[in-house]
Amino acid sequence: MALQSLDIKARSATTTESPSVRKTTRVAKLIDISKCIGCKACEAACMEWNDLRDVVGVNKGEFDSPRDLSDQSWTVMRFYEEEPNGQFEWLIRKDGCLHCEDPGCLAACPAPGAIVQYANGLVDFHEEHCIGCGYCITGCPFDIPRISKKDSKAYKCTLCSDRVAVGLEPACIKACPTGALVFGSKEDMIDHADERVADLKGRGFENAGLYDPAGVGGTHVMYVLQHADRPQLYGLPIDPIISPLVSLWKGVTKPIAMLLLGLTVLGSFFHYIHVGPNETDEDEEENEAAS
Amino acid sequence: MRKVIERYSANERLNHWFTAITFVILALSGLALFHPSMYWLTNLLGGGTWTRILHPFIGVAMFLSFLVLVSRFWAHNKLTRNDARWLARWRDVLNNREEGLPEVGRFNAGQKLLFWAMLLTMLLLLISGFVIWQPYFAPVFPITLVRLAVLTHAISAFVLILGIIVHIYASLWIKGSVRAMTRGYVPSAWAKKHHAAWYRDVSGS
Ligand code: HEM
Ligand code: SF4
Repeated sequence: MALQSLDIKARSATTTESPSVRKTTRVAKLIDISKCIGCKACEAACMEWNDLRDVVGVNKGEFDSPRDLSDQSWTVMRFYEEEPNGQFEWLIRKDGCLHCEDPGCLAACPAPGAIVQYANGLVDFHEEHCIGCGYCITGCPFDIPRISKKDSKAYKCTLCSDRVAVGLEPACIKACPTGALVFGSKEDMIDHADERVADLKGRGFENAGLYDPAGVGGTHVMYVLQHADRPQLYGLPIDPIISPLVSLWKGVTKPIAMLLLGLTVLGSFFHYIHVGPNETDEDEEENEAAS
Repeated sequence: MRKVIERYSANERLNHWFTAITFVILALSGLALFHPSMYWLTNLLGGGTWTRILHPFIGVAMFLSFLVLVSRFWAHNKLTRNDARWLARWRDVLNNREEGLPEVGRFNAGQKLLFWAMLLTMLLLLISGFVIWQPYFAPVFPITLVRLAVLTHAISAFVLILGIIVHIYASLWIKGSVRAMTRGYVPSAWAKKHHAAWYRDVSGS
């Protein structure tokens, strides 16, 4: 959603620099999975604050509801029943946009200003500029953006950019009853995570750690995982990066391709100036007519 | 009076120009999304969203028209040993030095290569276009396939547009070609000069 009061650091399909004089604190949300009880208060708060109501889904005999992210559900709880150390564990992950420092959606989007990144690190979709092509989906390593069936625009978690812009914390943070969700400067969140990880290690989770994947430049939504050596247990990619196919498609190849097209037009014109048109001689035509 | 012979029938010409017009719309609307510097081209179809909506439908229309064109010209585009010899002398061709070039049939080797390049890239564009077509088809394909398709679409479009720039230029460079495709006929001398073997066939001399 559009928000002019936050400074924009990067803008989709824009080749010049965005206004970047003012510096803002880089913020982050920390999701401590070991503290989450799966109550879905954050889901409800998200719908409440953003005025969203997903359709009532179908019960599949699991706790997952809604079943998936959608234009109306910007965060969903995913429940995993695992036995990481031979012992049953119920791992509950709040899924939603991770707000990458190097966002693949923004790199892939062809519409100027449809995706922006604010100076504080949040990645936001400006639906009024979105054309509905779905390129952002190809760019995202976490399968987050959803194209609405209603208006064919792309939607995802804004990290409550509207609240953060006026100094409030995101709605989900406010609703969480266990302190599994915390919000603050990225540095503070990393410090807090370190304490949590130390605590978990003391309780026997020796592989506890922070999920802040470097392949996408780090994220502005981070997880404390009891089993950070196996993020796949939580449905998270192990070393997420923007797909090489997307990097190849959106990288230096594009300006080079544009240059080659321009040079071909110019080269053709210069060929004309150099060797001139290929005309059928009048004489030949006359000979032809005479014969 | 100049002697003229028919080069393209009325239906062939209509078929060609329908394909050409839809192609230009596709190339411009595609380039609009291809690189930010071209985004202003979305105005041609009424904005970014209309461009996204219309491009694939026009693509299908163009492909069908192109298929008819292919079936019409298929037989004249088989590559022969003569074509290789003609191509080997590309420097002479480019410099208007035509004496002693191997005889050319209805189409020269350059035209034939373009024909096959177009057929290949059009097929790739059609298939990849369906895979990335929002909101109808893209959601049913696995994400890696969609990523591959969007890359394939961009590369094929680039190759094809490059080919068509050369095609358009060649028609402006070789005087008489545009008239052949607009009016349908060429002077006999033109036919003899550029397509001697074809000229012999159609004139029976
Ligand atoms: C054959 C049928 C075709 C289909 C079904 C098709 C479909 C599509 C679709 C679905 C897109 C994504 C944007 C959108 O939804 O509009 C697209 C993009 C594009 N198309 Fe096509 N298309 C076709 C033919 C062509 C042709 C003939 C050209 C030009 C030579 C072309 C050039 C492009 C380009 C350059 C893009 C942007 C690619 C990028 O962002 O890198 N397409 N096409
Ligand atoms: S669907 Fe919208 S936000 Fe996503 S890449 Fe296309 S224009 Fe950008």
